[in-house]
Amino acid sequence: MLRWILGGREAQNSVEKSPVLCIGEEQPKNCFTELQVLKGHFDIVRFLVQIDDFRFASAGDDGLVLVWNVESGERLQELRGHSQQITAISAFSCGDGFTSLLTASSDRSLSLWDPDTGNRVQTISDLQSSVKCLLVLERLSVWLSGGQELCVWDKDFQLLCHRQKHSDTGVAALVELPKNCVAAAVDKAIVIYRLTVSSDSSVLLDEVSRCSDHHDQIRALINVNDGMFASGSHSGELILWDSANFWNVAYEHILWEESHPSSQTEIRLAAPKPSEMSIQHLTSNGRLILAAVGSGLYVYDVVTKAVVAYRKAAHDSNVLHTMLLSDGELMSCSEDGSVRMWEVQDLPLAAEPASAGFFGMWTFGRSSKQPGPQSKKVLEIPNLRTLELTGDLIGHSGAVQMFLSFREKGLVTCSTDHLLILWKDGERQSRLRSQALFQKLEENGGL
Amino acid sequence: MTVCASAASHASLSNNTMIGSPDVVAFTKEDEYGQTTQDPLGLPEEFSIPLYPLADSNPWAKTSYAKFTKDFILISEFSEQVGPQPLLTIPGDPKVCGTFDLNYFSLRIMSVDYQASFVGHPPGSGYPRLSFVEDSRVVLGDSKEGAFAYVHHFTLYDLEARGFVRPFCMAYVAADEKKIMLQFQELSLRFSQASECLKAGNRRAFAKELQRKLQDLEYTHSVLQREEGLQREAGPQCVYSAHAVEKANELANVEKSIYEHRDLLKQISAYHWRPRRDPHAVSCQKCMTECLRECEELLDKYAKLANPRGYSQRVPKGEGDEIQSDDNRGEEEVDEDDDEGNKRRPSYTPQLIKAKSAKCFDKRLKTLQELCEENFYEATVELLKETERSFRGDLCYLYTRRLDKALRRKQKMVNFLFEADLIDDVQDEAETLRPFCAVNHAIDNYMHLNPPHIVLGSEALELDGLKHQGPLGLACEAATTQELGLLGSHLESSPSDQTLETQGSSEGTKESFSSDKSGTDQTEKQESLASINTEGPDPDSDLTPEPDQNTYPERESSSEDMETTAGEDDCGTEQDQTPMSLLEVVSELEARKDDECEVGTHSELLVPMDTACCRAQEGFLYEAADPDAVPCLSPNSTLNPSKVLVVNQEPHALHPIQDEYRVGSPCSEGPPAGLELPVGVFGDAASRSSIEDGSDCTMSASTGSDRAASPLGYGGSVTLRQRKKAGQGALRFVRQYSFAMQALWCLLSGRTLVVLGADEGRVRRLVSALALFVPNPGKSGERVQPWLSCPFTLIDLHRWKLIGLQRVASPAGSSALYSLSRYSRYISILDADMKTLRCPQYRGQLLANVADHRTYIRRGSTYFLHLQSALCRLVAKAFLLTFTHHLHLPVSPTEGPEAVEARRRGFLQEQLGLDEEDGQILLYLSRLIAQRYLQPANSDYCAAIPCFSFNYVTSVLYKI
Repeated sequence: MLRWILGGREAQNSVEKSPVLCIGEEQPKNCFTELQVLKGHFDIVRFLVQIDDFRFASAGDDGLVLVWNVESGERLQELRGHSQQITAISAFSCGDGFTSLLTASSDRSLSLWDPDTGNRVQTISDLQSSVKCLLVLERLSVWLSGGQELCVWDKDFQLLCHRQKHSDTGVAALVELPKNCVAAAVDKAIVIYRLTVSSDSSVLLDEVSRCSDHHDQIRALINVNDGMFASGSHSGELILWDSANFWNVAYEHILWEESHPSSQTEIRLAAPKPSEMSIQHLTSNGRLILAAVGSGLYVYDVVTKAVVAYRKAAHDSNVLHTMLLSDGELMSCSEDGSVRMWEVQDLPLAAEPASAGFFGMWTFGRSSKQPGPQSKKVLEIPNLRTLELTGDLIGHSGAVQMFLSFREKGLVTCSTDHLLILWKDGERQSRLRSQALFQKLEENGGL
Repeated sequence: MTVCASAASHASLSNNTMIGSPDVVAFTKEDEYGQTTQDPLGLPEEFSIPLYPLADSNPWAKTSYAKFTKDFILISEFSEQVGPQPLLTIPGDPKVCGTFDLNYFSLRIMSVDYQASFVGHPPGSGYPRLSFVEDSRVVLGDSKEGAFAYVHHFTLYDLEARGFVRPFCMAYVAADEKKIMLQFQELSLRFSQASECLKAGNRRAFAKELQRKLQDLEYTHSVLQREEGLQREAGPQCVYSAHAVEKANELANVEKSIYEHRDLLKQISAYHWRPRRDPHAVSCQKCMTECLRECEELLDKYAKLANPRGYSQRVPKGEGDEIQSDDNRGEEEVDEDDDEGNKRRPSYTPQLIKAKSAKCFDKRLKTLQELCEENFYEATVELLKETERSFRGDLCYLYTRRLDKALRRKQKMVNFLFEADLIDDVQDEAETLRPFCAVNHAIDNYMHLNPPHIVLGSEALELDGLKHQGPLGLACEAATTQELGLLGSHLESSPSDQTLETQGSSEGTKESFSSDKSGTDQTEKQESLASINTEGPDPDSDLTPEPDQNTYPERESSSEDMETTAGEDDCGTEQDQTPMSLLEVVSELEARKDDECEVGTHSELLVPMDTACCRAQEGFLYEAADPDAVPCLSPNSTLNPSKVLVVNQEPHALHPIQDEYRVGSPCSEGPPAGLELPVGVFGDAASRSSIEDGSDCTMSASTGSDRAASPLGYGGSVTLRQRKKAGQGALRFVRQYSFAMQALWCLLSGRTLVVLGADEGRVRRLVSALALFVPNPGKSGERVQPWLSCPFTLIDLHRWKLIGLQRVASPAGSSALYSLSRYSRYISILDADMKTLRCPQYRGQLLANVADHRTYIRRGSTYFLHLQSALCRLVAKAFLLTFTHHLHLPVSPTEGPEAVEARRRGFLQEQLGLDEEDGQILLYLSRLIAQRYLQPANSDYCAAIPCFSFNYVTSVLYKI
């Protein structure tokens, strides 16, 4: 599953057949030059959630929730209570500026934690089924849990209303929509519910609509902007929906092979496996949607309703999490254990074919084929741009499950290898260190 | 120095008014009123290096015609029976003194009648007075014998001695007069400490003796009273027979004697309130209060004449017992004690005192050991041993070493980078600041928690006493330990249970050793026996890694030597046999010290065995395990075969002084965390042989039982000899590999270097050669991993800066290669088999001087010093870079980080003249310094390496 790059050693170069690009060691645009390994978990770490400017929580299969300081890498709290793996975690702030943590676990319990003290504030156990997703509606001060059943809770953990099970798979994802609506991904369909809060503060959950345009299980569901939300399915269908009337606005079926020349298929002789087209993760900044499709990345513009850029083999293995940064910069992490940073760039002039030099110092047998499809694509879609690899972070020895960016403070990644890594800008850190040093010097009154 | 000297001379003069001997050396200095003007452009005083104090004279030891081979310490006493006599020398080896006449010299040094204070009955006071005599210090010389001595006179109390005092002296005897003169302060300080320790023990012993005497007297008193009463009943009422008068006189005498002794007790307890004239006489607060408390307790007890009935009830029993043999009595006593749960307490049976005392020459005078309590005596001897050890070497050596220490102390901030650890100096300092006590209080802390229980004659009283003291069992234990003079550490024994099982970090093992040592009293003895039986496989398992640890590299080194002689340069072996320069001499000296230390270490390793369950019962276990070690064991263990329970040596970890001189011991003591690796089958054999070698003090340097080739760079305490070896290794590397400069650059700029190879020996050798260049290697080389046979992870890169990695052809090996290629951006790879280096390009000039493979330096030690000076310069620059404000922070609010960055680059390039890559070295060192400075004082290991930084640069492949 984890096919790692065996770059660098001449002996292995001939063995390497993957078309996956490799950037090499020279990465001038990569600012993460310092890292800190955070140990504490005993099993796969799957979730990261930001609490405030400097704190985040990590949770995973060991049932532990750890609260960390992103600046110092210090472990602040250890929230113990769940006996089985954490299935969903969400930050829960109800207006007063105080953020708690909401966790759901396979032990069929839900808990609310105070990250400052590490206390379990509320807990509910013996649920009928384990909860797969959580959605906090801050506006209404309620939160929803989705699993086999969909429940609405208030902040005191009182069950306000619940809907019985929908299908075998249950609710896989939840997003908030305008007008007190929520969209729930249930197997192949998206079900829209409307919450109505009556005068005696009881809550009703009505099914408003059911959209079943997907032909396969829905894997990802996100809000794009106020007017649209998007969903992605296991077979690579990306559908844009109107948030108001729940119409299908755009439908894009991502089939990598369509745009690829036949030379590319000689590597994969058989028809593409569905997992290669599965949309694992969607992210959006309101204008662009970034979809993690198999081991590739796909950038879609919701305004022009067109593909902006894509890279089929962005990683060696399935992409698990993605993020859109500003200015067409994006990031992805994958089962291959690496995090990659990309930049949407204009293609070089057609006369100047993208050279292998872009892909780093180490030449690979196949890398010369990489520009092939792109130049061909140029002919098909005039404004298609390219995704250039600007840097990669290698540190984990297992799949990178998720990452969380604190902007200039750094980037946290969590992985199957039970570790978290805090990646930081070395120059900034050294500046901070100098500041601290001279401050201490002043406090001590000299050496 | 001038100030010290004058102070010392003042002290010696003020204390010695009676000296008339022509041989007393005038303690003055020629250039006392020398130049005082300072060079305005010179360095601030704290950073300048003072010149050798006697600039015009030859600093090396002169060829002396003394009859002893090296300096030693002599303890003599002026016996009232036989006059001056030597008691013991330190070191005890008779070879040391050679043909030097100790008797004669004792006569000389004791004949300085230094304190003629009056003892006995001063007019106006009814009772004899104890004389409180300050110590005196004097430097004596015997030009005929070529011997000079610092002589420290002191007195101890002895109830049986004339005037209750017995004069003693300790002398540091050396052939070099200047050495003594220049070390006077230090000598005086140390001998004062020793003397205070002896005196503290002596006071306690004296109080006990008094107590015993008082008991005797009271018993006698009660017997006499009873007899008198009987007589009175029997005889006619108003007739006093001559016999009755005699009895009454006797009774009165006894009563007087009781008063006298009680007064003595009062005097001895008032000792601490006396103002001390002696500036060096700082005694341990703990000892003082303890002794004071005891004395006060005794005083309370004897404040009035004891209730005679207490005895009269007991007397019939006693009389009946008199028929029985002493043995029976003893047994009965023991039985009684058993009832109280107090097994080992030697009880004292009062005896009748004859009216006439024995003649002066009939009685046996107490030995020094008897005069002081056992543990105080032991502590003193230990202290003196270390004093002797620390003054070894000629003046020049001592001076440079001290200078080196003093300078390094001034660079605390950056020492961690390349310098050996300064633990000893820290202690040095602490020592002079706080009142020193040689007796290890950390150990008998426990006793103080429960007030020490003084054994008194009356059993009834004793029971009461016991009842008052908390839990009975504990109190009894305390009493037991205390009275046997044991150093039982209950506080420490608890962690042993845990640490025995821990993964064996160096601290862990150390702890478990010391705690093994601690179990001493009867109950604990069994406990620890049980714990050893149940917990560990056997106690040896704890010990085995250590010999392995320090001997494995040795095996390497010997083969290395062979290789070198066969190879192209001869820097390896030849110099070991013929010491040529000062440095060689010094290193020989160090080597000798090292060897002796090693003996010390080994015996120390074994001390734990001779305590808890030891000798008596389970001795065979250890002997079987390590037969070679037994000779080392003997000085400690066979000293007191009857007193098995006495711990002769305090647990090492808690002994402040001991550490100081045991250079290099930390590496042999506990395997450093980074170096615990399974070694081959022959590891054991090698370890055994090394113990053999180690115990052999006469071995030549070249046979080498040293730990030199161990891959510890500067970290921890490294002996000079080790440095020489390390220097040789590094020099060989530099000369053999044309890309040495690049490799060194990697290490110095903080890029982890992986030495990859199939042959373990070669890899370990390379690692140990390169370990010198690892900045901040950790106290015991934690940042260096000499041999790793499994794939490493990012955390390992985090932790180790230099890794020896096994190249295996098996699938397991391919995963190691996997990790190599995966993390290739963070590491440099030195392939020991192919002789290639893959690392970023280095074009700088900074290291050309250090890593010139055409260097003319041939000797390891020379190269070491060369390297040290180069690194020292680097560190100084890094220090400057770290603490120069404007290189890191904007000077004006309008300035952005880019301007600061530019300024820093300008500083590095223009002012320091460094290339980009050389700048990286400084930046890395500077980062380490900053991190070190910011890191809280007592942070754990993880916090010590908070982050791992790197940069994204392309590597190139260097070939030979």
